[in-house]
Amino acid sequence: MRRVAVIGAGMTLFRRRMLETGRELSYEASKMALDAAGMTFKDVESVVLGTAPDMFDGVHMKGEYLLEGAGGLGKPNSRVYVGGGTGVFTPIGGWWHVASGLFDSCLVVAEEKMSPLHPHPQYAFWSIFDHTTERPLGVTLLWIFALEMRRYMHVHNVTEEDIALVAVKNKMNALDHPCAQIAAKITVDDVMKSEKMVWPVKRLDVSPPSDGAAAAVLVSEEVARKYTDDPVWIDGVGWNVDSQYWTNRELCYPAYLESAAKMAYKMAKIENPRKQLDFAEVYDPFDYKELHHMEGLLLCGKGEAAKLTRDGVTQRNGEFPINPSGGLLGVGNPIAAAGMMKVCELFWQLRGEAGKRQVQNAERAVTNGWGDLMQVGTVLTMKR
Amino acid sequence: MSSKIAKYEGTEITPEDLRRERYLMTTYHTSLSYAWSSGVATGKYLAGLKEGEIWGRRCNGCERTLVPPRMYCEQCFRATSSWVRLEDRGKVVTYSVSYVNSDASRRDQPIIVAVIEIAGGSPMMGILHLLGEVAPEKVRVSMEVEAVWKSQQDREGAITDIVYFRPRRKE
Ligand SMILES: [Zn+2]
Repeated sequence: MRRVAVIGAGMTLFRRRMLETGRELSYEASKMALDAAGMTFKDVESVVLGTAPDMFDGVHMKGEYLLEGAGGLGKPNSRVYVGGGTGVFTPIGGWWHVASGLFDSCLVVAEEKMSPLHPHPQYAFWSIFDHTTERPLGVTLLWIFALEMRRYMHVHNVTEEDIALVAVKNKMNALDHPCAQIAAKITVDDVMKSEKMVWPVKRLDVSPPSDGAAAAVLVSEEVARKYTDDPVWIDGVGWNVDSQYWTNRELCYPAYLESAAKMAYKMAKIENPRKQLDFAEVYDPFDYKELHHMEGLLLCGKGEAAKLTRDGVTQRNGEFPINPSGGLLGVGNPIAAAGMMKVCELFWQLRGEAGKRQVQNAERAVTNGWGDLMQVGTVLTMKR
Repeated sequence: MSSKIAKYEGTEITPEDLRRERYLMTTYHTSLSYAWSSGVATGKYLAGLKEGEIWGRRCNGCERTLVPPRMYCEQCFRATSSWVRLEDRGKVVTYSVSYVNSDASRRDQPIIVAVIEIAGGSPMMGILHLLGEVAPEKVRVSMEVEAVWKSQQDREGAITDIVYFRPRRKE
């Protein structure tokens, strides 16, 4: 396998509703990534596009619909989709293209436009449940997260207040992100008093629906050296999936994420992730997921993430920063684009371009995506 | 964001724009009917529910009893071996209290949602269902619960033949 470098990244604003179409958002993010890399449309040999359910946009075959805005016209172009894991799986798809030697360059683009579906994009998810044994019970997607959160709290004796600290931290970090949708200075009390959705999940425990796009340019080592003295390397990728029979699983621990992380760490020759990595962009559509994913990514032991958060270890200036970008809870959650935003954050942090969000001396980092019926883990490690 | 980039593209549409109807809305009324195949395993499961019974499938490879039942074991990747009648009671593995409907609108009354490990199945073999006849603050993980069935003539071979599970009444 060949080494794969990232040499440019771009993203749009993340907002609840945007004037731009999905194609226009894809174009803006792609163009920004190409400009940053010093490349043009003609220099791109292949395109991998990530976007989540067609039902949000109300457009079937969204991969083809977005194609032109994502620079895919007339090129080998493919779409990947693994629910919320898509944003990190998209650059993994780009990595295959380049690592395999099939292509010297690949533009990876992730887009989501959730705002078209009314009254609420949440509605698009009812069909994820089993049509015979679950849907007749009046399901809503939030149920599975609330059930998982409750199980995690029960097994590890974690409180709602412990979990709320994550929302407080990430929304605060996002104040320094110019694309952020819901950056704010809030308190644990604000989270506790926010509207109950599906207890224990409350309004401020959840990331918002969003529109947005993010992109990056992946190239072979030879091409990277032509364009930059400062490439960032994707040195590990991993992915895994657990059973669709989610009611038969122990929900307090994401075993599938551990498997995905071990695959990536093995490739990157990382034996002690907490020691060898400098920070992580952990998938955080809900605040409890940050804790859950820190454990699944082996950044701490099972049930230890809440304590690290209480002790300030995961603050941007802490010993092991988690989500210096502000995460999905602060920057926003246009599904596929949100995961890709984290990959862009790794790139900008490792290049020392993260401005006010800069983590000092950051040389290696990990990010993950997660989705479907709480069953997909996608993991990517980068180093400078 | 990169400190090298000065401006990020994107034009926000605000709630005010929506109120002022600057945002065109098209509503499609699509009616899609699906004739789902129940499948072999779920078909038998539904037939059991109609009789007021919960059935699982035994795998002789890993010696697990699976519910919801399946004709193959996903861990051993072999055919499961036999049908096992389970009990119509179990334990709460986890639960939550839903204040919202499928479309994210608010419910008048919250409902309690739970994963229930069915007695007679293997550990952690749970199904999704609702809890009733109990206040949300009284529910506990590991609480013993029993099925409350619809009357025989109202049962149709559906998961909703169980109205909900309630705290088990000691015999
Ligand atoms: Zn088996």
